[in-house]
Amino acid sequence: MSEIYTPFAAAFTLIERLDSDLMEIVALSLGVSLTAVILSAVVGLPLGAALALFRFPGRRAVIVVLNSLMGLPPVVVGLTVYLLLSRSGPLGAMGLLFTPTAMIVAQWLLITPIIAALTLQVVEDLWAEYGEQLRSLGSGPLRAVPTLLWDGRYSLLTTLLAGFGRASAEVGAVMIVGGNIAHATRVMTTSIALETSKGDLALAMGLGVVLITLSISINATAYLFREFTRPNYA
Amino acid sequence: MRRPTSSGNSPGQITPEARPRTLDAAAAADALLPLHVRGVCFDVAGRRLIDGVTFDLRAGTRTVLLGPNGAGKSLMLRLCHGLIQPTAGQIEWNNGGARQKGAQAMVFQRPVMLRRSALANVEYALAVSGCPRGRRKEIAMGVLERTGLARIASRPARVLSAGEQQQVALARAWALEPQVLFLDEPTSSLDPAASAAVEKLIAAIFASGTKIFMTTHDLGQARRLSDEVLFMHHGRLLECAPSEAFFAQPRTPEAAAYLQGDLTW
Amino acid sequence: MVGAGTDPAGGDRAVPAAAGHGFVWPREWWPRERWARERWARAALILCLHLLAAAPLEAGERFLTLASTTSTENSGLFAHILPLFEADTGIAVRVVARGTGQALRLARNGDADVVLVHDRESELAFQREGWGVERREVMYNDFVLLGPSADAAGIRGKPIAQALRLIFNAGARFVSRADESGTHKAEIRLWRAAGLQTPVGSEWYLETGSGMGATLNIASAMNAYALADRATWLAFQNKGQLDILVQGDPVLINPYGIMLVNPQRHPHVKAEEGRALIAWLTSARGRKAIAQFKVAGQQLFHPYEP
Repeated sequence: MSEIYTPFAAAFTLIERLDSDLMEIVALSLGVSLTAVILSAVVGLPLGAALALFRFPGRRAVIVVLNSLMGLPPVVVGLTVYLLLSRSGPLGAMGLLFTPTAMIVAQWLLITPIIAALTLQVVEDLWAEYGEQLRSLGSGPLRAVPTLLWDGRYSLLTTLLAGFGRASAEVGAVMIVGGNIAHATRVMTTSIALETSKGDLALAMGLGVVLITLSISINATAYLFREFTRPNYA
Repeated sequence: MRRPTSSGNSPGQITPEARPRTLDAAAAADALLPLHVRGVCFDVAGRRLIDGVTFDLRAGTRTVLLGPNGAGKSLMLRLCHGLIQPTAGQIEWNNGGARQKGAQAMVFQRPVMLRRSALANVEYALAVSGCPRGRRKEIAMGVLERTGLARIASRPARVLSAGEQQQVALARAWALEPQVLFLDEPTSSLDPAASAAVEKLIAAIFASGTKIFMTTHDLGQARRLSDEVLFMHHGRLLECAPSEAFFAQPRTPEAAAYLQGDLTW
Repeated sequence: MVGAGTDPAGGDRAVPAAAGHGFVWPREWWPRERWARERWARAALILCLHLLAAAPLEAGERFLTLASTTSTENSGLFAHILPLFEADTGIAVRVVARGTGQALRLARNGDADVVLVHDRESELAFQREGWGVERREVMYNDFVLLGPSADAAGIRGKPIAQALRLIFNAGARFVSRADESGTHKAEIRLWRAAGLQTPVGSEWYLETGSGMGATLNIASAMNAYALADRATWLAFQNKGQLDILVQGDPVLINPYGIMLVNPQRHPHVKAEEGRALIAWLTSARGRKAIAQFKVAGQQLFHPYEP
């Protein structure tokens, strides 16, 4: 059967042609997901670390909720953001629906809990090792947050990659809030969904191959970065 | 120390000009010390691990806390340092108990190195203690030079040998110029050469005016590094004596048995 | 050290804060010198803001949002005619392709400026309720009843009502979009016209709740009967063993109407641009462009003559 090969042929043709539409889609996908990851890191890393280090009433409940939010269905997030950003919604006046900003917001909501929950684990483990020493030096939980985030940087890189993987792979949320508008909000996953609905399965798979290749390159880069720097810091 | 510096080896050469704060610290030692430990108890899950311990810790001496495993030595150190709170009794510093950052420091059995260079580890401790940003590097480098660790200053702390890590931990503590330094079996996981280096360092830190309060399992080390001895057994403090007197003639049968190597539990 | 917390002693180099200023630089935790030194942090912050700000970067561009249906988008019609419209008017059209029901809901919420769908009843209701204005009929195509070429129910070439009765009686597998799209609503009307209840709940009647393409993929994989618009079918590339079995019945005509979302209900609606699109699509030039769009040599949409 040639069917299984056609996607690769399609992917190869797409890449070989350096199709400008494809490049635009790839650039938007990366731009949106990377921005979402950066913004999620800004919130999720300190939040996860704070949850690991501070003791307060209701902390367990917060952690349970956070862990549950890791499995948040993208469609629900998409719908929520749609209802917020719709012209009839509370933030409608901003006119953000069907823009990349809306997609960034949706992905940010989707992956911040993931990054926070994984950070919580990493920082809790580190605190078990560092806690006495840091307290002996006079560092309270607040001071320990940046310290442990920095010392856990290699594990946290994996956390960020997990967030990026989820963001770049999801289709439900960006389809709803982005609208899959050609040359405006069309990204890899929504293109794949579109080509599938046109019945062009080979092209859809071809795009899938491109997406996977991108994902592998990003992860490989991060892995190599880690491997080359980590031995220095055990 | 493989490449001892003049000052690192002979504490007497540490000039006041090089370390102006040392004199201040020594002068202020009376403010923090003596430490009064009064009837301190510590329970975990209903078990009394420290039972009614009372003693004073005075400035200007090296105090070694001895006792078999499970006597409660490490707990006692952590209680004094403030890492844990007593179930009963009082631990009072002379100055009223205000815990100034950097006024006391602790070195653990296994040093915890942050994932950064040895120098940055020392700088970190200075930063936490409130040392101005502009002065940290200079002070940290100065300490590493005094302790003969300048050559490893830029090496990642986590890949240093166990002995080097413990020396960095001591340097990190010394950088704070603490009035009291707690050491919890600082050489128990080190080979003899590294232990000797650490002992020299402890001596130097003491010579700079810092009160030493440490635990050890090494009786030879205890003889070399102590002015007075506290002996604990099953959570109780059984003896408190000048070290010559303790080693020459222990007053309790438990201490005698311990010194003869008969009592390990 | 990353974001190294408070630095109480940092103040010894800090210039005394000028009194009387509304905003005081938080030099306690991020002194100016540090801001200057930690370039990476500055670069990251700027990059972040830049990416966020870059999102609506074509804000200066003139565009309108058109809520429409998958048949017009997936068949390639829009890709053919909208660039011509943009060349003529300088207005870019951003198409959000959904089923008719969803497209109307977007429009009702004010999330589109113009809506182009194919369900006359819902369109008229939408207009009656005051959500849409200036409705025009633009073009039509037709529905076709598809099925496996083996045709177990024997409907080939029959009138649509009889064909549906045959499928119903045979209990042959039928895939319905069941998504309140124009096609779905047309299907319900056709069952009714055949004197049948919509066979919801029957074992052989599968409701996908998906778009035309997804539904066709399922029909193709299961060799089931399905109703589709001709445009999507012709452009569809995963036909499998499916074939057109019933076509050409006048009740299968599928008219498309266009409306401006009522600017009085939603003041932000780009009425000027929307009117330009409606006028262009119904102009001679627009009609010609629609008629010229062909897939596999076949015209898919027929503009209404005024």
